[in-house]
Formats: sequence, C-alpha cells, structure tokens
Amino acid sequence: MKALVAVKRVVDYNVKVRVKSDQSGVDIANVKMSMNPFDEIAVEEAVRLKEKGFLSEVIVVSCGVAQCQETLRTAMAIGADRGILVETTEELQPLAVAKLLKALADKEQPGLVILGKQAIDDDCNQTGQMLAALANWPQATFASKVEMADGHALVTREVDGGLETLKLTLPAVITTDLRLNEPRYVTLPNIMKAKKKQLDIFKPEDLGVDAKPRIKTLKVSEPPKRSAGIKVADVAALVDKLKNEAKVI
Amino acid sequence: MSALVIAEHDNHGIKPATLNTITAALACGGDVHVLVAGKDASAAAQAASHIAGVSKVLHADADVFAHGLAEQVAAQVLALASSYSHILFAATASGKNIAPRVAAKLDVGQISDITKVESPDTFERPIYAGNAIATVQATDATLVITVRTTGFDPAAATGGSAAIESISPANAGSQSQFMGSEIAKNDRPELTAAKIIVSGGRALGSSEKFAEVITPLADKLGAAMGASRAAVDAGYAPNDWQVGQTGKIVAPQLYIACGISGAIQHLAGMKDSKVIVAINKDPEAPIFSVADYGLEADLFLAVPELVAAL
Repeated sequence: MKALVAVKRVVDYNVKVRVKSDQSGVDIANVKMSMNPFDEIAVEEAVRLKEKGFLSEVIVVSCGVAQCQETLRTAMAIGADRGILVETTEELQPLAVAKLLKALADKEQPGLVILGKQAIDDDCNQTGQMLAALANWPQATFASKVEMADGHALVTREVDGGLETLKLTLPAVITTDLRLNEPRYVTLPNIMKAKKKQLDIFKPEDLGVDAKPRIKTLKVSEPPKRSAGIKVADVAALVDKLKNEAKVI
Repeated sequence: MSALVIAEHDNHGIKPATLNTITAALACGGDVHVLVAGKDASAAAQAASHIAGVSKVLHADADVFAHGLAEQVAAQVLALASSYSHILFAATASGKNIAPRVAAKLDVGQISDITKVESPDTFERPIYAGNAIATVQATDATLVITVRTTGFDPAAATGGSAAIESISPANAGSQSQFMGSEIAKNDRPELTAAKIIVSGGRALGSSEKFAEVITPLADKLGAAMGASRAAVDAGYAPNDWQVGQTGKIVAPQLYIACGISGAIQHLAGMKDSKVIVAINKDPEAPIFSVADYGLEADLFLAVPELVAAL
C-alpha cells in the first residue's frame, strides 16, 4: 500500500513576517523558507508506517514554485521514496491544492494520504478535509496517534476537551497534529541519498485541474499593535492594579 | 440572502462558540437559521430556538449524528446548502473538521477564521499567526466560513423564539466509525469561553508542579487553565489546553501567563485578551512586550503569594 504525503514550502516558523508598505501582502523576499512543521510530522509518520511494514512506498507531493523541490528533497531525506512537484507560479488556495492531490491520488491509488493539519502561513486548515470530500474518503483530522489494523486505520484525534478515536476504512485522509511524533533529524548521508531519488514535475494543466484562486485578497495590513504596559514591583502592587485600575478581579 | 449556522452542541445544550458564530452570521445580513444535527438533541434544538436573532432552527436527529463525525454532519449540511448564501461554522476543532468538506463538495473556496465582517462577501482574517490581517473577498456563490469566536461578541442565549423544524436526517454511510473518547471532565469554564485564564509554561518544570502551582490560582479566580505549547509538548498539561496559533485562540478579560516566555505562536493565541498579566523571572521574555502588568519574579514564589493575596 502506498501513501501520499503533501508538503508545503512556507516561511520558517521562527521568522516574524513584515507586511509590505503597499498592503499587497507580506514581504517574503530573502526570508528563510522551510517545510511546514505539520507536514514534516506527516512525512515522519508515513516513513514510520513504512518502517513498520504497513506501507510499500511513501510519495511526497508539493504544489507551488520550482523551489518546492528543496522541500521535497528534505522530505526524501527523512525517508520518502520519491517526489512529485506540481509546479506553478500562480497563487494556490486549499481547494486547488485538494484538486491537484485528488488527481494525483487517482493516478497513484494510495491507501493513505497524510497531510499537516494547517499551513503556518495562511493558517487555513482546509486541504486535507477538502481532499477527503472530493475523493469521498473518510477523514481523521488533528491526529495524535495512528495505528493500522485489519485494513483499517485507527486514529486518535485531538478534539475540544480531550481525545477521540476513529476507525476509518481505507483509503483515507489523515491530518497531523503536533503531538503525533517528533520528526527525526536528517543526516548528511540521507540528504545525499535524497538527491538521487526520483522527482517528477507536472503542471496543473497536465492533471486537468483548474487551479484559479476563488478568494481575492484585497489587502494585507498590520494587526493593531498591543503596547507593553508596566512592570509592577511585587504581588501586592499587581493585586492593587488588577482590582483598582483594570477592575478585572 | 440567508445564513445557516451549524450549531455546536452536546445534544443537551448549545456550546458558547455557536453564539459568537451567530453574531457573525447576523452581520452578513439576512435571516439566520441554525442546524442542530444530533442524537436525542431536542433539548439542544430548544436552546437554539431561544437564541436572540435566530429565525429558524432545523433539527435533524439520528444515531449517525451521535458523535458529530465530519462525514455525517457535512452530508446533512449539503442537503440544505442550496437554500443559503452563507454557511458558517465556529472555528473550533469540530467546525474546522467539517466546514472544508462542505466547501469542497460545493466547489467553493472556504474563508477560515474570520474576525470581522466588512460586507456580505468581504471579511478580515488573520494570517501568519496573526502577524498580518488579510481582507479577503469571496467570488463564489455560496460562502463557507469558519468564525474565530474571539472576533465576535456572543449573541444573547435567551430572548429569541424561533420555530423548530424537524428535517429528515442524511446518512453518509459508515466509512468512519467512532470508537471512543477520553474527554476530561471538570467544572472549570471552557477555555475559549472563560472570563479569566491562568496559563502555565515550560518554567513549571513538571506536571506535578503545574498542578500544584497553577491549579490553586485558577480555583481562586474561577478561571480556566491553559498552557503554552512547550508545556503541553513536555507533558505538563493536556493537549487541549494549548493556547496559540495552532491551538486554542482565546480572548478573556484577564489572561495570567505564568512562566511563559511568549513565542509569537503563543502570542497569536492570546494577544486579544483584555488584560494580560505576565509573571516571569526573565526580564527579557517577549511576553512582557504584550503584558499590561508584568511581574518579574520567580513564579514558584509569586503565584502562591498571589493566591494568598486574592
């Protein structure tokens, strides 16, 4: 059984982005780019499932600009077997990515598709659920544990108030939460090996997908600034401020 | 033009996040209907009918809705979707799970986590962990939206008298089965609806210390308890206490951050709180840059002292 894992190239999580002065977007020129952290967890989980013998092949997919090849190489250094880049310089929104992944799933016939629960740039949290809907597959989002048993996936999910466990028929879509695993460090030999792995490139048109954005961004602005308040000397001063100035207790 | 709000409920009552979502739906203009899809959920449907501003409650009752599975609830929403211009969910674990399924089946883009309605098709939403605010306009005929509850006041839970209409339940089959859940029971207010939140960070050092130091303060204030990602990852606090970009987004009247340094991902989840208190012994901790009142002190001494002083 194959698994497809989707990875997105995003601004590194340590970077504090700046809004462009013309409000057309955020400035990502010369900013460090990395694999979306949730997607790294997705790759790690697929590789572990392969190491446990549940998967025969892990295919990583990225949709976006040519530089996404670097993201795919990182995923292959973690242990994915081959990569697919759907290359475009156009803006891709979650519905378009879900359609591209659906087209690739039709081609590759995976038993599992694993994705990060959300990308840390647009914070949408949509693609996995959309793919599951388009493919008419079951879904388990926000996974904190994945087990495979008798042709099913048993997935523990992080929900409001605690955890729940679902049993899914395959093929299925799983999206990862933070506590699913801790991705391994990639080693130099594996980075070298990853460079030799197969990487195919398609255009959205090759997959018959209309990837046009459905939502227009009119402007991007700075959030209201919250200014630092004051330092209080001790607990008594804090209690006094909370009671008499802020009046919140 | 009318809007359908998908109620979040436990079959007995309506969860608070639904009330904020209704306020957002009313801001889109037009009538607001509420869907209660549940099992033996008459009480929840009744409660929904009393919410101010709601003109109709649609109640679908069936075994398949017992656990709010995305496949099932999405099928029910899709059966109703053609009557609505706007379909809104709270941006909670449940709403985020279901809404994109509905959007994809309708072949429309989804607008996640709106914090402001500018016009019926134009919204504000935070991106990059709240470090930028995007104003976005939908181009599709049906709008599927999730609502960040901290962006909208809750609608009044009483005062309305909407009609309740029973509708025939949809069934999406059995590809996904609910096997069980571990939901922590406690008497504290829900994190996202609490007026006061006491949050702990990595500085607590262990789950025992977390409970020993944070719990008494939360008890004293009748507060919900939260945690930073570092504290949750280290196992000091449960997963669903995580406040931040990818955890819970909160905006209480008072947020007390104890031993939390204040990574941008954490600030994204709490910087809209009315009053922020930071207790941290590191004078350089970024949390002080958003705190109204900063106390530079060892939390193991300061927090018990605070409990005693309240």
